[in-house]
Amino acid sequence: MNASPNAGASQRAVHAWLLLLPALALLVAFTHWPAVATLIDSFFSTPRGARPAEWVGLENYAVMVDDPVFWQAVRNNLWFAGATIPLSIGLALLMALWVNERMAGRTLVRMAYFTPTVLPMIAVANIWLFFYTPQYGLLEQFTGALGMPSRNWLGDPSTALACVTVVAVWKEAGFFMIFYLAALQTLNPSLKEAAAIEGASRWYFFRRVQWPLLMPTTLFVLINAVINAFRLVDHIFILTRGGPDNATTLLLYHLYEVGFKFWDTGYAAAITVVLVVVLASVALIQFFVLDKRVHYK
Amino acid sequence: MQRKTFLKTLSAAALAACATGALAQTLEVPFYYPVAVGGPITKVIDGYAEAFNKAHPGVKVTPIYAGTYQETIVKALTAHKSGKPPATSVLLSTDMFTLIDEDAIAPIDDFVKTDADKAWLKGFYPAFMANSQTGGKTWGIPFQRSTVVMYYNKEAFKEAGLDPNKAPANWKELKEAARKLTKKDASGNVTQYGIQIPSTGFAYWMLQTLTTPNDVLLANEAGTKVTFDNPKVIEALDFWVNLAKDGVHPKGVVEWGTTPKDFFEKKAAIIITTTGNLTNVKANAKFDFGVAQIAGNVRKGGSPTGGGNFYIFKKAPKEQQQAAFEFAKWITQPGNAAQWSMDSGYVAVSPAAYDTPALKKYGQEFPPALVARDQLPVSVAEFSTHENQRVTKVLNDAIQAALNGTKTSAQALKDAQREADRILRSYK
Amino acid sequence: MKAPTNTIYGATWLDTLAAWVLAVLWILPLAYAVWTAFHPAEYATRFDLAAPWTLDNFRHAWEAAPFARYFLNTVLLVAIILAAQLVLSTLAAYAFARYEFRGKNVAFALVLVQLMIMPDILLVENYKTMGRLGLVDTLTAIGLPYFASAFAIFLLRQTFMGIPKELDEAARVEGASALQVLWRVYVPLARPVYTAFALVSVSFHWNNFLWPLIITNSVESRPLTVGLQVFSSVEQGVEWSIITAATLMSTAPLLIGFILFQRQFVQSFMRAGIK
Repeated sequence: MNASPNAGASQRAVHAWLLLLPALALLVAFTHWPAVATLIDSFFSTPRGARPAEWVGLENYAVMVDDPVFWQAVRNNLWFAGATIPLSIGLALLMALWVNERMAGRTLVRMAYFTPTVLPMIAVANIWLFFYTPQYGLLEQFTGALGMPSRNWLGDPSTALACVTVVAVWKEAGFFMIFYLAALQTLNPSLKEAAAIEGASRWYFFRRVQWPLLMPTTLFVLINAVINAFRLVDHIFILTRGGPDNATTLLLYHLYEVGFKFWDTGYAAAITVVLVVVLASVALIQFFVLDKRVHYK
Repeated sequence: MQRKTFLKTLSAAALAACATGALAQTLEVPFYYPVAVGGPITKVIDGYAEAFNKAHPGVKVTPIYAGTYQETIVKALTAHKSGKPPATSVLLSTDMFTLIDEDAIAPIDDFVKTDADKAWLKGFYPAFMANSQTGGKTWGIPFQRSTVVMYYNKEAFKEAGLDPNKAPANWKELKEAARKLTKKDASGNVTQYGIQIPSTGFAYWMLQTLTTPNDVLLANEAGTKVTFDNPKVIEALDFWVNLAKDGVHPKGVVEWGTTPKDFFEKKAAIIITTTGNLTNVKANAKFDFGVAQIAGNVRKGGSPTGGGNFYIFKKAPKEQQQAAFEFAKWITQPGNAAQWSMDSGYVAVSPAAYDTPALKKYGQEFPPALVARDQLPVSVAEFSTHENQRVTKVLNDAIQAALNGTKTSAQALKDAQREADRILRSYK
Repeated sequence: MKAPTNTIYGATWLDTLAAWVLAVLWILPLAYAVWTAFHPAEYATRFDLAAPWTLDNFRHAWEAAPFARYFLNTVLLVAIILAAQLVLSTLAAYAFARYEFRGKNVAFALVLVQLMIMPDILLVENYKTMGRLGLVDTLTAIGLPYFASAFAIFLLRQTFMGIPKELDEAARVEGASALQVLWRVYVPLARPVYTAFALVSVSFHWNNFLWPLIITNSVESRPLTVGLQVFSSVEQGVEWSIITAATLMSTAPLLIGFILFQRQFVQSFMRAGIK
């Protein structure tokens, strides 16, 4: 349009950076720079009052490796992620498939599935505390009616993590459902009719037509689910406080304890770095690798 | 003539406005506080601040609600670490060592100058000062303090053939009472436990109600050493574990937050929890209940104290610190302390407060309110050390492991001792 | 065209039953909250249908904290954050979608990193920054770290990339500048995405707790969640009646909003083509 293509290209580059500037500036100020500061902190000892921080190299990481609670948290988080990710995505898909059909009370059902998203975790966790309370809690009233013995759901290391997982799935599935629902409704209805005419079974239709077409949504939801598997710890503060005996301590919760209860900022920084690196790699892999496989218009 | 007068009045008024404007440069004193009990506490605290500000023109104490104890210390230390702490904050008495280590607080002795001040500082219950003093200095001023007490269901006692006016006074009686009070249904499931001691949140505090009667302390005054593996401590934890094994106490780890409700629902005939729950129990127990001191064993009785103190932050401007000191002094005067006790359910912090007519009358009308106070002579400090949260967690985990049966009491406590020693090694 | 899809791939009675059972399970906590909030404390664990109804819990909850002010703050906060997020992420997404420049992938990776880092971890550093900016205890301070939303940028970039280039060129031919093209072509087509994102953002920030607690001191800048925390009485144990009343009060706007507008939300997600 004007001058040489190079001038046009660099002018466009300038435009691009200008467009990016406000967002990037804020991100750097409130995410990247503090994150880098945290990374640097992880190589220093924790300053205590008059004692300043000293360079200790990888000592905080060594402490982390030696800390049994850290490894417990890693194990717990892996279990937690391993359960919440497929369950919440699977349920979300199922819910979306159901709500997509014309069934009685569809609006109410859809609303029921979505309400967990708008409720604040603080209050919701307290309600779940009641559900899990031994003897007169809602779950107990139900199992008692079935003749099963009373259990201390949250106080027993073998059931506590499962209980906490249920709360997380409950909170997430409805949110993911919306994305799947939208995607389902944009699918060409003639696909369905064509499959019906061909005599394909429902399962076949799902597996060969709907599921592949839903891949972009699944990718998107998967990223969110992975992040949430590490981010959802609010309910733990109220339900179990990481107990009993660290049975429900997740990584972010452990990080919070070390950083804001023990004020061991050096060690907390090390845990933060590990958490961020793990999550960042997962997300970047998902995005850059799988993004290629997903087709856009 | 009229115009002159008018102008004169106008300028006089203007001058007066300027003068009050200058006076209106009030000293703002930010004050963080947690809310740990039910009731309109924020309104109550606001009321006190208003009254203080009225009586002290030029000073404006600004109460800032900061969440739970845990959230309040996060808020306070975050502010401190960025250079702008509040002038004062109410924080757990056990946070004392943490705050000293972070070089965040100023000793109260720096502000105590006159004889009246010295008398005031000496006027608190010694049991409350135990968590407020170390190294010969006073670091905190008791404000919302409590002790652990035993709540018991008098009706359940009658049904079990026990004297409803005589709570178990020692471990033997406690065990027997618990056995008689445990009720089972036709299929052998327990419908009412004899006794319930919660083990989440403050397990260490509850353990202290067993170790103190067993005549052993868990930490030294300097907060540098712990004695988890002392045989008497192991014995105390075993007592607790065996209550569950006997079937008179719920199995596993018991939730703190639902224990009062368990009491109201008659799922437990005796509960051990803070006196801070008294108002709650009074309002919600639909049966006759009693409040008693913690049962003794080798030693008569013994509860740890609990709750929060006023701390003054070093990095706040000096005038703010001074004003904060005045505020803390004012709010712990006997009259005000008595009022606070009645408003909140906490124990009043000085004997003088209990001598005020208002609190005397309250105590006569509602004797259970005095039990916590009566326990003070045999009360000990709440468990507190350097790296307090970490060491406390180690102890809590050990208790939970023992109650869950994953470790024996002895093993759990020995492991905890080793871990605590490691954490505290640089503080000796 | 006239194939009876309902009977072939539609919901069978088994589907309907299962969907309903799940729905009942899912709504249980909210149902419990409604039950407990409107009945006296002793019925919090007993489901006696003859129990008396009461508004006392709401009264107690309302009196315990200045909810009216907290409501106002929360609405303002959520609105400010959303507005900023929409503007900033639109600009950034446009750059990523339609411009080629050196360092583009690096910049995008940097943006994605924010998806991973929970702001809670960076509390202390961000508090220091706010202190330096003199913004402590303001609504702006609560919102500032969230104004740049990686999630929004990610969504919008995807959407913008899916818009046919012909529309872009058509507008250019008419002499529109880059920003005008953005405003006239891209933004309207992405409206469903904006609505979808708004839903996510409002939900998240309505319920955000820890950072607002740390950064605000006065009633004038606190949001609802901080006010709700008053009912987490540590020493006294859980009082379900009051906490559920307070919860209902603070989530009522969101809930009602969703119930009334759920069709629009879903439709907008539908047209968002988050495919």
